[in-house]
Amino acid sequence: MSQEKQEHGHGCDCGCHGEQPNPFVELNPVLDHYADIPGSLITVLQKAQELYGFLSIELMRYIAIETHNSIAKVYGVATFYTQFRFEPVGKYLIMLCQGTACHVNGSKMIEEAVMDFLEIKEGETTPDGLFTLNNVACLGCCSLSPVMMINDDTYGQLTKDKVTHILAELKEAVNNEATVSETVSQEVTA
Amino acid sequence: MKIVIGEGSCGIAAGAHKVQNAFEEIIAEKGLDLSVEKTGCIGTCYLEPIVDVVDDGGKKITFVNVTADDTRRIIEDYVLGENELKELQISESDITMIGKQKRIVLRNSGIIDPERIEDYLAVDGYLAAKKCLTELTPEEIIETIKIAGLKGRGGAGFPTWFKWDAAKKSPGKTKYMVCNADEGDPGAFMDRSVLESDPHALIEGMLIGAKAIGANEGVIYVRAEYPLAIVRLQNAIDQARKKGFLGHNLFETGFDFDLRIKAGAGAFVCGEETALIASLEGERGMPRLKPPFPAQKGYWNKPTNINNVETFANVPWIFRNGGDAYAALGTKESKGTKVFALTGKVKKGGLVEIPMGLTLHDVIFDIGGGIKQDKAFKAVQMGGPSGGCIPASLLDTQIDYAEITKTGAIMGSGGMVVMDETTCMVDMARFFLDFTCKESCGKCTYCRVGTTRMLEILNRITHGKGQDGDIELLEELCYKIKDGSMCGLGQTAPNPVLTTIKYFRNEYEDHIYHKKCTAKSCKPLLTYTIDVEKCVGCGACKKNCPVDAIAGEKKKVHDINQDTCIKCGKCFSVCKFDSVIID
Ligand SMILES: Cc1cc2nc3c(=O)[nH]c(=O)nc-3n(C[C@H](O)[C@H](O)[C@H](O)COP(=O)(O)O)c2cc1C
Ligand code: FES
Repeated sequence: MSQEKQEHGHGCDCGCHGEQPNPFVELNPVLDHYADIPGSLITVLQKAQELYGFLSIELMRYIAIETHNSIAKVYGVATFYTQFRFEPVGKYLIMLCQGTACHVNGSKMIEEAVMDFLEIKEGETTPDGLFTLNNVACLGCCSLSPVMMINDDTYGQLTKDKVTHILAELKEAVNNEATVSETVSQEVTA
Repeated sequence: MKIVIGEGSCGIAAGAHKVQNAFEEIIAEKGLDLSVEKTGCIGTCYLEPIVDVVDDGGKKITFVNVTADDTRRIIEDYVLGENELKELQISESDITMIGKQKRIVLRNSGIIDPERIEDYLAVDGYLAAKKCLTELTPEEIIETIKIAGLKGRGGAGFPTWFKWDAAKKSPGKTKYMVCNADEGDPGAFMDRSVLESDPHALIEGMLIGAKAIGANEGVIYVRAEYPLAIVRLQNAIDQARKKGFLGHNLFETGFDFDLRIKAGAGAFVCGEETALIASLEGERGMPRLKPPFPAQKGYWNKPTNINNVETFANVPWIFRNGGDAYAALGTKESKGTKVFALTGKVKKGGLVEIPMGLTLHDVIFDIGGGIKQDKAFKAVQMGGPSGGCIPASLLDTQIDYAEITKTGAIMGSGGMVVMDETTCMVDMARFFLDFTCKESCGKCTYCRVGTTRMLEILNRITHGKGQDGDIELLEELCYKIKDGSMCGLGQTAPNPVLTTIKYFRNEYEDHIYHKKCTAKSCKPLLTYTIDVEKCVGCGACKKNCPVDAIAGEKKKVHDINQDTCIKCGKCFSVCKFDSVIID
């Protein structure tokens, strides 16, 4: 058994006694770092979400065991805060602002345009796994309202046309990438 | 000569990075000796991206709404040539807009580079802290804040000196200084701007406060949605530590103080101080009953003082200029300045900092330039989900804690969302209730269930299903929720409803009794008809109608079947001939 496995559990309680590989080894440095800092549960959950994209039940169970909390406690904290997600998200996470300034300047209309274009509802992910639509309350760029963020980029002064254009461009970029990598892999195999 | 680009979140969203890249390319291409630097947000967000060209003598020319394409002209025509490029320069009226303000909190925003502590030091940064640590006693620090009359800028407007004094007198060796940078009011962004544009002002303010109350450890609780703010703040903390403004034995006085950031995880209620403390401790952010106040039992049950970002950012200025100078600004009861986030249907949206005592009219019309497209002003929302809507008849209200409270709104953290004739006030009330209902932590039944019931009623009114007695029922619930809730969230959640009923009762009545939304905003209350004069029979509406409610032959006037119509508005948006009438 490796050093790591002695210090940390192996991420499941199936009774395999550590024979299965630990699916969450990447989190162990985080757990070590915060082990002695009281009140770090939220920070640990944030780092875990950064690593894995979302908090699965297995991941939360692992964190609970490793931080000596009950699973109920971890789940209770995670579900209290809107930042935490319990399902995988698309390649592009659309955070559409529904704050006051954006609402007054027509964010509902923007939401409709996004929903029409992607054919999903708020909170859902497109079947191709590209886009997830989430509503948020205020991104702090209210003077450019309506505003949305896609991953790390902020887009302001949105109109229906502008937002469909942005989404179409992202979609196209991915499709192009896909064709490029396809050709590359074809070339490699050839 | 140097080029300085405004790179707050808003500048970046407007394209500041593209502008920066374009400048760097041209400068490299031409081999020019020109540095490209960044600064924070000057507050005139409607002019972003903003570029200053500063010559060696310090003379500054500001170019606004700069695109990547403009950069070549700025270099070739202005920097290298003789052309002044007046058309790209900031206008006189915009300069006056900035000139009407009194900038204390925003003194360095948009001027210094927030990522370089040297810039902050060059504008006398940390001298106030040095004075407080080496020359003043905690009592003298608190006395100065008392003379200044500084009140908390986070919402409630509680005198800062009083809180510091209580935390100082509270027994115990370990104390904490906490900064509330949760900025939960959707529509307010002054705290973000300070964090991104002048983070050292906050650190210096906290350091002074820490000395006053005797805290050796500080935490800044920053909203998760502000990634850039967190990066700049962390950078500033690291720099301050390196320069000896944070850490051990500061200014060789034997006083220790260090700071760290805690990122929030998205919960409005965590702006409430006891909930914030719970969240800092890694728990669900549930408020608890006060007393004991945080000054007695706060973070880890130790005496804790919590102030807002803007409150702290005022502090260094007060010690550089004197408590009297601060108290000379403003009204009898509300001293100093306040930063407002002016947004919504206003022409010149952005951050404005003004001395207390100006009127709402001054801010919205003189500084904000009035209403977009010169439509009619209807109301201004202040105080966010805890505040209210102030109507046109009260535009002469002075900006002062007590005066604003009299209207039924609150000063709040400084969100000012301007609404025009196209904003439906019942829908606004519904919007805020939807927010508070989702954000209620669920501890108090009145807050949890009461806001849900209110939201249901408001939903039915805006859907054309309002009933006689709904207004009275709403009012009754409002008072019960106010009485039956433990924390500020529930106690103030009814304010948006109460103020809209008070000032815009006719709109509620129109919705309920006449099934009409005069602002033409509540879709279910609208009727869509086709203007027989204008319709050319192109068939676009018919093709796009999701429920086949439109009939008509090609090149003949079409007609909408009102019984089938679901009022989605598709026909209106696709008609190229403006022949769909909304009523
Ligand atoms: C529901 C609720 C949300 C709040 N949100 C914030 C906030 O986002 N930022 C803030 O500074 N204060 C907020 N407050 C006020 C704080 O509880 C506290 O009064 C304030 O941080 C104290 O700082 P000050 O005295 O400097 O204003 C909120 C209060 C309530 C009841
Ligand atoms: S309300 Fe949308 S960014 Fe603030």
